[in-house]
Amino acid sequence: MPLLEVKDLQTRFFTRDGVVRAVDGVTFEVGAGETLGLVGESGCGKSVTALSLMRLIPQPPGKITNGQIMFDGADVLKMDDDEVRGIRGNNIAMIFQDPMTSLNPVLTISRQISEALELHLKMDRSEARNRTVELLELVGIPSAKKRLDDYPHQFSGGMRQRVMIAMALSCNPKLILADEPTTALDVTIQAQILDLLKNLAREFRTAFILITHDLGVVAGMTQRIHVMYAGRIVEKADTGELFANPKMPYTWGLLRSIPRLDEHRKERLVPIEGLPPDLISPPPGCKFEPRCQYRRDICREKEPELTGIPNAKPDHEARCWGTQSVSGGGWLVDLDWRHEIGDTAVLEEIKQEVAQVPAEAARATSADLPPDVTQKEGI
Amino acid sequence: MAVAYEKIRSTATAGSGKNILEVAGLTMHFPLTQGIIFQRQVGAVRAVDGIDFFVEKGETLGLVGESGCGKSTTGRAILQLYKPTAGSVKFEDTELTTLGGEQMRRMRRKMQMIFQDPYASLNPRMTVGNIIGEPLEVHNLAKGRAKTERVQELLQVVGLNPYFTNRYPHEFSGGQRQRIGVARALAVEPEFIVADEPISALDVSIQAQIINLLEELQSKFQLTYLFIAHDLSVVRHISDRVAVMYLGKIVELADRQELYEKPLHPYTQALLSAVPIPDPAIESKRKRIILTGDVPSPVNPPTGCRFHTRCWKAQQICSEVDPEFIEHSPRHWAACHFPG
Repeated sequence: MPLLEVKDLQTRFFTRDGVVRAVDGVTFEVGAGETLGLVGESGCGKSVTALSLMRLIPQPPGKITNGQIMFDGADVLKMDDDEVRGIRGNNIAMIFQDPMTSLNPVLTISRQISEALELHLKMDRSEARNRTVELLELVGIPSAKKRLDDYPHQFSGGMRQRVMIAMALSCNPKLILADEPTTALDVTIQAQILDLLKNLAREFRTAFILITHDLGVVAGMTQRIHVMYAGRIVEKADTGELFANPKMPYTWGLLRSIPRLDEHRKERLVPIEGLPPDLISPPPGCKFEPRCQYRRDICREKEPELTGIPNAKPDHEARCWGTQSVSGGGWLVDLDWRHEIGDTAVLEEIKQEVAQVPAEAARATSADLPPDVTQKEGI
Repeated sequence: MAVAYEKIRSTATAGSGKNILEVAGLTMHFPLTQGIIFQRQVGAVRAVDGIDFFVEKGETLGLVGESGCGKSTTGRAILQLYKPTAGSVKFEDTELTTLGGEQMRRMRRKMQMIFQDPYASLNPRMTVGNIIGEPLEVHNLAKGRAKTERVQELLQVVGLNPYFTNRYPHEFSGGQRQRIGVARALAVEPEFIVADEPISALDVSIQAQIINLLEELQSKFQLTYLFIAHDLSVVRHISDRVAVMYLGKIVELADRQELYEKPLHPYTQALLSAVPIPDPAIESKRKRIILTGDVPSPVNPPTGCRFHTRCWKAQQICSEVDPEFIEHSPRHWAACHFPG
């Protein structure tokens, strides 16, 4: 039995302008210790999905109107408030996007971390304090003991995100939802945090749902990826399969609209034309149809289901008429995405090049760095 | 500083000889004060601390670095939106730092800016027509009917419907607003545009639209760009040359291909290795340089080389002597004691 099973989740926001179908029939599961990537643009419903899992949707205007969220055998949507509180922070924890605003500025960090320890694990003050030091050391905060009584503003962005991670880890949750955990950070700090998350996932066998818009971030971190668009999952596959053999034109669009460091420089980028749809009155057929260059009449008339794809791995699914073996569909099945994106030969050549990163770089992995670098900073 | 600049200048003029912008020893310190009635200065944020570079006519110079490294301040100090603490900024042989208000306003016809946040940089109470028409009025370029026509033409150039002139910014999406910002910058037919993170507030699928637009406009109107960004893959795509900043200094400057293939400065190498690549096969094989710690404070930057506190190559000399910004191979400058 998977750790988390979400079935046909629908979350709507009832606004003056109409009903926003932010999450519209999302079904997925996460196994114990697995890292799942949820990828999509802003407004596609990925964050609302995460908040729904924790029952943190502001109500009103929001409401979970349908679905089932089975966590460890119990339906989160059927729990009363006390039961949900017992799960939140304890079994499911969340790392938010913006470490600048998601910590309480008037409480010391030891207060903020030990709050959960005292509440869920019934520790007393001094136990909780000792555990907090351990947690801060675990996430790599130098001289953790001295920093216990500091306030969030005394930490830098990367360090605050580490505090957030320590807080999420505090009760040994089975599942951590990380909502754009590195988007507010600089590249070099992003690399530190991703490295930390990867090690933690391996060490504690915690399951992660990693929510991001950055395909680069999920490529190195996840086992499976679900691509979301306009409140729906439009493609799901193993991470390797998704990047090697993406099938849905929206995924192609995401992959080719960004310039990549590992590719030869292209003369022009290929953007996805147009804008994401308005979720109050989405298009009747496929939600991506108005922006899709491979669309046919059927796409506008009827919305496709999320189904398996001929000639692809069995657990690879897409919500696209072009990949389905029905009458009038299936025109994308035999299309090689590499031809659609660029030259195959060039891609191969790049892979070789990147395999041999600068020799200097290879030598200087974090392990080789002098241990006193962090101390020298005297942060 | 001056020596380094002379070197840069001589090589530059030996090359194409068509520098639209020359920056020497540019310094921008923001004072930190204490006290309520008598404010005394207790220190300074050394946002930009003596940088030298030039921009050739028609090229795109990418300026990259992490937040707080001074790249946006550099852009603003060039346009004299901040009054630089020291140094010189020459635009087509006119020294900008000594110009008076009226003279500078006239110069601004030639140099414009595109801002990062399309939600904050457009006045919500002005119609699109007024936003784009304002620079035309300020510079006495068009009035009345001619102005309306010019605004419509500009909207068309940036890929918007010309009949949108009476709409307000809130009626547009982020990408469309950024197009309006581009149209406003183009209104006075500038030669040089500072684009300060023009795409970082936009969604992935929209970013490519704006990058393509900027490139089209560049070839159509022979524009020169200073493109400020933190995303190294975007900078590689759009730039001819790239400058890397760290804590108020340029640490490396080279032609695009040279910089990405043979980075000399350890900071550049670390930045390049930190960019995640959307391919799991490559990601699993790649070795990352993970820098420890954070960027130090620009109020009290480290002695010697500013990167030495995070550098894995650092030796005694790095904490004592600030390395000079030297040309290691033609058109490739770096400031490091142990480059390569």
